Amino acid sequence: MSDSPAITHGAPQAEGHAHAAHPPYLRHHFESVEQQADTTNFAMWLFLLTEIMFFGGLFTAYLIYRNWYYPAFVAASHQLNIFWGTLNTLVLITSSFTMAMGVWCAETRKRSGLVLCLILTFVLGLGFLGIKTIEYSEKIEKHHVPGFHYSLNSFLNPDSDPAAKAAGDKPLPLDMARHTEVYFSLYFAMTGMHALHMIIGISILGYMIFRARAGAYTTGHVTFVENFGLYWHFVDIVWIFLFPLLYLISRHQ
Amino acid sequence: MNFLSKENGLLSWLLTGDHKRIAMLYLISITFFFFIGGALAGLIRLELLTPQADLMATDTYNKVFTMHGVIMIFFFLVPSVPATIGNFLIPMMVGAKDLALPKINLLSWYLYIAAGMLALYTMITGGVDTGWTFTTPLSTHYVNTNVLTTGLAVFIAGFSSIFTGLNFIVTIHKMRCPGMTWFKLPLFVWSNYAASILMVLGTPVLAITIVLIALERTIGIGVFDPTKGGDPVLFQHLFWFYSHPAVYIMILPGMGVISEVISTFSRKRVFGYTAVAFSSVAIAVFGFFVWAHHMFIMGISNYSVIVFSLLTMLVAVPSAIKIFNWTFTLYKGSITFETPMLYAFGFMGLFTIGGMTGVFLGTTGTDIHLTETYFIVAHFHFVMVGGMLMAFLSGVHFWWPKMTGRMYPEKISQLAAVVTFIGFNFTFFPQFILGTLGMPRRYASYPPEFQVLNVFSTAGASILGVGYLLPVLYLTWSLKYGEIAGNNPWQATGLEWQTQSPPLTENFPVTPVMDHDVYDYEWLEGQKAKEVASVG
Repeated sequence: MSDSPAITHGAPQAEGHAHAAHPPYLRHHFESVEQQADTTNFAMWLFLLTEIMFFGGLFTAYLIYRNWYYPAFVAASHQLNIFWGTLNTLVLITSSFTMAMGVWCAETRKRSGLVLCLILTFVLGLGFLGIKTIEYSEKIEKHHVPGFHYSLNSFLNPDSDPAAKAAGDKPLPLDMARHTEVYFSLYFAMTGMHALHMIIGISILGYMIFRARAGAYTTGHVTFVENFGLYWHFVDIVWIFLFPLLYLISRHQ
Repeated sequence: MNFLSKENGLLSWLLTGDHKRIAMLYLISITFFFFIGGALAGLIRLELLTPQADLMATDTYNKVFTMHGVIMIFFFLVPSVPATIGNFLIPMMVGAKDLALPKINLLSWYLYIAAGMLALYTMITGGVDTGWTFTTPLSTHYVNTNVLTTGLAVFIAGFSSIFTGLNFIVTIHKMRCPGMTWFKLPLFVWSNYAASILMVLGTPVLAITIVLIALERTIGIGVFDPTKGGDPVLFQHLFWFYSHPAVYIMILPGMGVISEVISTFSRKRVFGYTAVAFSSVAIAVFGFFVWAHHMFIMGISNYSVIVFSLLTMLVAVPSAIKIFNWTFTLYKGSITFETPMLYAFGFMGLFTIGGMTGVFLGTTGTDIHLTETYFIVAHFHFVMVGGMLMAFLSGVHFWWPKMTGRMYPEKISQLAAVVTFIGFNFTFFPQFILGTLGMPRRYASYPPEFQVLNVFSTAGASILGVGYLLPVLYLTWSLKYGEIAGNNPWQATGLEWQTQSPPLTENFPVTPVMDHDVYDYEWLEGQKAKEVASVG
């Protein structure tokens, strides 16, 4: 008897207890469909807990350094493009909506609706990454990527930088200006890790679109779609925290 | 027909979803890594036989102790009991057919193997010399060794550990058989549950810390880099936020083994079952709030030092509750001295010494004197080798008949247990003295006056090596020639003993019902009487 028909071989239902009454997606070590759905759901929530701890390390670092280098964080946050940031937030929230609709379609067994929702979510996810690329290239042009070519110009001579000038920045002392690099280190680490989660999510979405077209999720067994939905909303929520912390809260000082 | 004899192709093992087969795969893999780590430990002890750095260059020595630490901690101690014995037994102890997520369980083993191969690759292509603690800015700016691949290996091994922990928590919550309430769970399950909480909450923090180190080394971000305003002490906080709870990930499952063994060989219910169960949870909770005691000399504020010192001493309370309750379990029990019990006694003594010296180190004044000396090395090895490894061997012997259906040879294994105990004390006790005399850790050479004790330690290590080789030999031998064990050779009460050995793939012919109390030896006598009546 195999534990999980998808990964083992041989005759999966040749022996053992009677499977006749069970739906085909009930794995043999569960007593009932309810237990199976309940279990995988709980596992997903636990996995999201580990994700919170993963991002928690970054948020801790942000909290500490923001306290220490407040003027540097204010000046550096003026360099972020609030238009693209807001647009991206909208894109991402919309993708969460289409994902939630997708889960509903799966639950109510609407195959074409599910496929459409997944494709929309996929496209919006790619759109988010596209906008993020535009923002990253701005940072590269201005030498605001930490590391070798980092430039302090925008913070030592704010008048030479349109964004800093528009915000009315005063020149920072050299010592504090150098700490803007910490801000951008955190900016790239946090948004980069978030983008990595988006890329993973989009890849899974691609796989799901094919499976959904084959009707795999509209049989009443919707755990996979539901759990992926949880993951997608989680990645969304991380952005909901990143956006104000990086773009908004230090802006009007 | 059982889970071993069912199908025998290589693929039936490599693609299995059966928790028992995955446990066996893990058992073989972690034994392999244990002997790699052990060989490195042997090199360290050989180098320290003489005061000069003569066996190897000092930078080679740095690599050897780093790889010893990385392999022993991430590839042996963390997965040891949970991934092998725990994987095999937790579903059986709660009366389930398998872990909740069999594919994730298999994935966890593959991640472990991938990470292990990467670590070996690192070792062959030049190694890493930062110490297993990856201290910044050393690891990010000043060494040219393979920090990145080692970091990646630890990162991947971390996911393997997260998946094991997650699987355990879900299984214990959702897969218990009818009648199996929380307070009928064996204490082994409780302690693995506590360890799983630590794995699930702690490991991701290590993961992000490694990511930040990697980004700092490659593109040069500045989160830990003081030249940019980053703080290396933040690295210490994040690293120890995982790595201190990690020692409880390592020891808690071992404590679970000891509870089972002590109860079985004293023929008594564990004294203060509820207290022992909750002490596991308490260790897990307190374990998250003591990490900064690794940083007393690193410039954290005096107030933090006082708070963390106090919290550190509080962890000693639940640990002591366990030791006391095991002792009271022995009191008026009918004790027998089979091999698992000998190892359990070894555990109790050595863990107590290791734990008490931990309290010395939690005291700030003493810590500032003793930190970074051999006292730390001795303390850590008393807990991990004297404690955890003894518990692991105890568990392997105890459940060997269940896993393989064969008994191990009793006399020679008792000898091995005694040899291990003697060898251990010879190896590590002198290191307490060396530490108090001020010998620093992590150096290839030392002043000549320390040589006598170092010779003792190296001699002890060779005895210890024999003690570890013996079980490998006779356990392998017993696979073919051992006596047939029968279902319940120890007359133990756990559900896993009430089914055949080795078990069926589905563990139980019918879903069991837990209709008696845990560790209920009178119930077991009753069952036996019933069987005799029905046969005769």
